[in-house]
Amino acid sequence: MVEPTPTSAEGGRRRGALATLVVARIRMFLREPASIFWVFAFPAILAIALGTAFRDQPPEPPRIGIPTDGTALTAVDLASLGTAAKGETASLHGPKVILEESPRAVLDEALRKGRIDVIVIPGEAPDSVVYRFDPQRSEARLARLVVDDVIQRGRGRIDHASISDATEMPKGARYIDFLLPGLIAMNLMGSALWGVGYGMVQERSKKLMRRFATTPLTKTAFLSSYVLSRLVFLAIEVAFLVGFGSLVFDVNVAGSVALVFGVALVGVLSFTGFAVLCASRTPSVEVVSGFINALTMPMWLLSGTFFSYERFPEAIQPIIKALPLTALNDALRGVINDGAGLLDIAPQLGVLAGWGLFAFALGVRLFRWR
Amino acid sequence: MPSGSDAAVAAVTCRQLVKRYPDVLAVAGIELTVLAGECMAVLGPNGAGKTTTVEMIEGLTAPTSGEIAVFGNVWGRSRKDDRAIRGMLGVQLQETHFQEKLTVLETIALFASFYETTRAATELMALVALESKADARVGKLSGGQKQRLALACALVGKPRLLCLDEPTTGLDPQSRRQIWEIVEAFKAEGGTILLTTHYMEEAARLADRVAIMDHGKLIALDTPTALIASLGAEDIVEVLADRELSQARLDALPGVSSAKSEAREGGVRVRLSVVDISQTLPALLALAAASGTRLDGLVTHRATLEDVFVHHTGRALRDG
Repeated sequence: MVEPTPTSAEGGRRRGALATLVVARIRMFLREPASIFWVFAFPAILAIALGTAFRDQPPEPPRIGIPTDGTALTAVDLASLGTAAKGETASLHGPKVILEESPRAVLDEALRKGRIDVIVIPGEAPDSVVYRFDPQRSEARLARLVVDDVIQRGRGRIDHASISDATEMPKGARYIDFLLPGLIAMNLMGSALWGVGYGMVQERSKKLMRRFATTPLTKTAFLSSYVLSRLVFLAIEVAFLVGFGSLVFDVNVAGSVALVFGVALVGVLSFTGFAVLCASRTPSVEVVSGFINALTMPMWLLSGTFFSYERFPEAIQPIIKALPLTALNDALRGVINDGAGLLDIAPQLGVLAGWGLFAFALGVRLFRWR
Repeated sequence: MPSGSDAAVAAVTCRQLVKRYPDVLAVAGIELTVLAGECMAVLGPNGAGKTTTVEMIEGLTAPTSGEIAVFGNVWGRSRKDDRAIRGMLGVQLQETHFQEKLTVLETIALFASFYETTRAATELMALVALESKADARVGKLSGGQKQRLALACALVGKPRLLCLDEPTTGLDPQSRRQIWEIVEAFKAEGGTILLTTHYMEEAARLADRVAIMDHGKLIALDTPTALIASLGAEDIVEVLADRELSQARLDALPGVSSAKSEAREGGVRVRLSVVDISQTLPALLALAAASGTRLDGLVTHRATLEDVFVHHTGRALRDG
């Protein structure tokens, strides 16, 4: 037998273990059609679907219910509501209100189901009016204001201030502008967690990890190969989604494009840390799927991917802001929508890096080859 | 017979090796030395502790107590020792599923990248007869081809010790012979082999020495020839009797070195280890006739390692 010597005799320079593993992982990914779909096609389809659904949609006029049974409204009120419904007084788009005339019982049911916003009923005192609506729904509160305005003016109210509306919104404030960075963040989180977590557990359940453990391959090189192969795809993913947003939806990066990649890099490193933690000892892909879902689902909801997290109660805002996906969303939106610089998003990057280091360190400590 | 006391040529030395799991004592204190350049086969039924022992030698399972040295490096003594052992080890596990999306050549190159000195991939693929499959995805290989790929990956780092855990289980006879030829070629170059198997022919063909394990203990260790000779018999006679024959009468049959009876469905299975079959058989038939016993399914064969195992444990190897 030949004694081991420190250098390889044949074949000239060989690639090291880390580089070879990274290349192998990239090959495996590219040969898996399903993963290509989830990483590239899925976010694009989601962006098209949501972007189209929310593009330039005129606001729906309030739906007002008028009972056809019981005491009738005064002729003056009915006339002004009728005029409003015809759209002649509308200053913006189409009719100001939509009227629905039905028996009271039918209207109550429609109100309960949210099909109409306000029911207008004559009050007990002469010439008084009752607005029946659900104050929990913002559409209903708006409808109440609109219908009150129609009735008060019909009865002769004079507006003293002269008003003009300015409704052109600046670029970067559309829903798609808000949505696209959220989709990029969601995609980075998903591909880091699934790509690394699933990959690790799969190699463990195939007993391939045990086979690796009998070779001189180090734990550091093995785990790093997952992280590094993710970074290659990160660049492609981000370039694809940013380019897609710019071409299809005219969503342009207000700040530095390099900084977008920088933020994405920190984000992916952070979520890869979580992936290593989720998969450090997990024996089966079913269990790791559960871990990853438990981690990602709440963050999709809370972290403002599809709508702003400011709508959640004040009390849980500090918790939401401490989540890594919130930090990634805020940092990406800062750079893409508001043109923020490195210093502006430093707190978010700090949150991401802190989580990532904590999760990775814990994951490496817990890691088992078997 | 080689002697285990010569430490200079020991490839593997296990001292007082114990592995205790919460519910079972898998390995109950084993002393084992594998000499450099020999092929040692560990034989035993499922659950005998073979795989646990080999996995401790491979560094996959930490022993509860005891010590394992591989070419003078002790597992767990220092990082340097562990790394040195891993560099000298070529391993084939009982089940490893390589990445199905990688090709044969890519898989071998991946394992090659872990080692400092390696064999050329083309040479290895020729050795395991997979040259024509170099660019085939692993997922498309047959069972025998996958097993040969596993062997190629075990050999790629120019190991000094090759550990094979049931390398031919589930393979057809032709694939099995191909694996044996590869192992023999490795041995011819001076390599050391530690092999577990429950195939008798495999141990008889490949092994210089055979260790028989049962219930976590080493119950016999010697060359195949010496183990068979230790039975004191050349032939084995087995027959199913419809009633019990007295042990004293069986022992008294001419040419019998040992006799065992065991109740079976349809009667009693009698098993005789015999030195001279020409004396024993007529006497056995006479004994049956005299006692009115019906004999059925009479079989005789040359004594094998299987008989050694049955002799020591009272069970057949494949009974589990």
